[in-house]
Amino acid sequence: MSARDEVLRRVRTARPSAPVTVPRDYRAVDEGDDLVELLVDRLVDYKATVRRCGPHELAGAIGELLSDASAAVVPPGAPPEWLEAYQGRVLREPLAVADLDAPGVAVLTGCAVAVARTGTLILDAGPDQGRRALTLVPDHHICVVHTGQIVGGVPEALARLADPTRPLTLVSGPSATSDIELNRVEGVHGPRRLDVVVVD
Amino acid sequence: MSGGNIVARLPFPVAARKELGDAQLRANLRNATHTIRDKRLRMVGEVPDWEELRRSGAAIKDDVLSRLPELLTQFEAAATAAGATVHWARDAAEACAVVTALVRDTGTAEVVKVKSMVTQEIGLNDSLEAAGIAAVETDLAELIVQLAGDTPSHILVPAIHYNRSQIRDIFHRNGLSALTDDPPALAEAARRHLRAKFLSARVGISGANFAVAESGTLVVVESEGNGRMCLTLPETLISVVGIEKILPTFRDLEVFLQLLPRSSTGERMNPYTSLWTGVTPGDGPQTVHIVLVDNGRTETLADDVGRQALRCIRCSACLNVCPVYERVGGHAYGSVYPGPIGAILSPQLSGGGANRTLPYASTLCGACYDACPVRINIPEVLVHLRQTGPHPPAERAAMRALSWIMRDRRRYAAALRAARRGAAPIRWATGRRGAVRHLPWPLSKWTSTRDAPLPAKQTFREWWAHERTR
Repeated sequence: MSARDEVLRRVRTARPSAPVTVPRDYRAVDEGDDLVELLVDRLVDYKATVRRCGPHELAGAIGELLSDASAAVVPPGAPPEWLEAYQGRVLREPLAVADLDAPGVAVLTGCAVAVARTGTLILDAGPDQGRRALTLVPDHHICVVHTGQIVGGVPEALARLADPTRPLTLVSGPSATSDIELNRVEGVHGPRRLDVVVVD
Repeated sequence: MSGGNIVARLPFPVAARKELGDAQLRANLRNATHTIRDKRLRMVGEVPDWEELRRSGAAIKDDVLSRLPELLTQFEAAATAAGATVHWARDAAEACAVVTALVRDTGTAEVVKVKSMVTQEIGLNDSLEAAGIAAVETDLAELIVQLAGDTPSHILVPAIHYNRSQIRDIFHRNGLSALTDDPPALAEAARRHLRAKFLSARVGISGANFAVAESGTLVVVESEGNGRMCLTLPETLISVVGIEKILPTFRDLEVFLQLLPRSSTGERMNPYTSLWTGVTPGDGPQTVHIVLVDNGRTETLADDVGRQALRCIRCSACLNVCPVYERVGGHAYGSVYPGPIGAILSPQLSGGGANRTLPYASTLCGACYDACPVRINIPEVLVHLRQTGPHPPAERAAMRALSWIMRDRRRYAAALRAARRGAAPIRWATGRRGAVRHLPWPLSKWTSTRDAPLPAKQTFREWWAHERTR
């Protein structure tokens, strides 16, 4: 008997017979607080830096955040106006991992949805986010969030995602470890610096 | 039959006695467990619907266990349709053989690994090494443990038993240089050491926190970004997944992504969570293998009381609140699953041997049940396993005699009087302590790990009668 058939046979014999009803009386919609304020508070708590600006101030804000970057990586579908104020080199796909790993490289993306309650940005590889390696290898990630993309809790966020089978990355603050005496250290393997620009 | 690193080499009482002698270990553990448990309490207190989430989480897992055959085949079909190749393994040896063959086929001699309990459970690193393949652990704590030639002592923070100066020494011995023993300096040394490996690795190996049946999606929850590196940069990804990790729908993640981070690290959300479904052209590994592992899970599933252990999402909240774990640490449990959950999971997954003593490695205080995000009634399972486990003939005879005495009130009262008379001279000898530290053989077996209390000077009935007539 193949391993597959054997495991399935065992599971069929061993499983409980009573059907289970799953209660769903937890909070499905999370409103009430000022969700933008809440998201900013949670992100700052995770040692991300946050700037708020109007749509016409966005290019200027990004330019300032990128001031010490020697090159900026942008996904294929990022709006051109994001980089209007940036003077440095702009890198576009196709890119090798070595290009992303070069010193001084920052990456600029949007996101699919942001969760206020947990301070989480969800990337779904959409046109303004690109493939996963873009936001992983460079040391500095700048993420643009529009207030319309902010929801209260995790249930609303997952419900908003267009296609769950796309590669998804949930980011809550910069890379961190607590493995040494439980001291939180930001920046082990992912980007050490996470800047979030919230556009009203 | 199952196997791998779930079976303890030493019975718990023997291993615990040795660990208890290490004062540094106890200090490190106390500091760590109290820090995490306080953080967890604060974060759980923020969530007004925590109990509702716990009940949903438990029910979703129970629903999965009752529909496992259908959900596993549904997962297999969806993952295959998305471009993954699904393999099955009955036990640890078979799972290791499947993974080893897959790595061999790629022709590489080094793989990068995401921290994963199931690969530790099946002893994958040793199997790969025997086949000439180096498995590099990339989680900082796992790396520390690997470089030290040690084994993990906690599910979530495997190097919890080391402090910073011990870690610097371990790094130093292995050629990783850190200028100081500050945690940021040590993390930086690990980052430099591992970055070259991430960028050149051709094969990544991971476990999965969840596997979604309807879409064939796998989920890995982590903090450092080493997981994202292993899941994204190599050409080939091999994910080893216990069959109980299935969730029916993508929506079910809304419950577990709320329960897991707050329970495990005491954070609102962990820094990084990755979800991937088969192969995505142009993004991440283009060859994806999934190995579904039984290794004792179906035996556990067959037990009406014990099967709730399969709800476990490996958050380790039960470890951090356990008075026994806090004093002896993870190594005393022998298995890769330590603490309260290990005390019920390990003996069920692996049957007898030294693991038979694990259900006794508990005070039955119930703190683990309160902390568990999926409401595993660990004390209930501990008592159940103690009842169904083997007992020495002397203990059985003593319990039979006691049961005969306690069935009749007059017999019971007479026995108490006799015990009190017998204890009178001992009470005088023990003074105020009121307990005996060492009894003569064969009762010394009882007092080797605990004091024997002396009978009370007066029974409650006697006290009551005396009070009434006063």
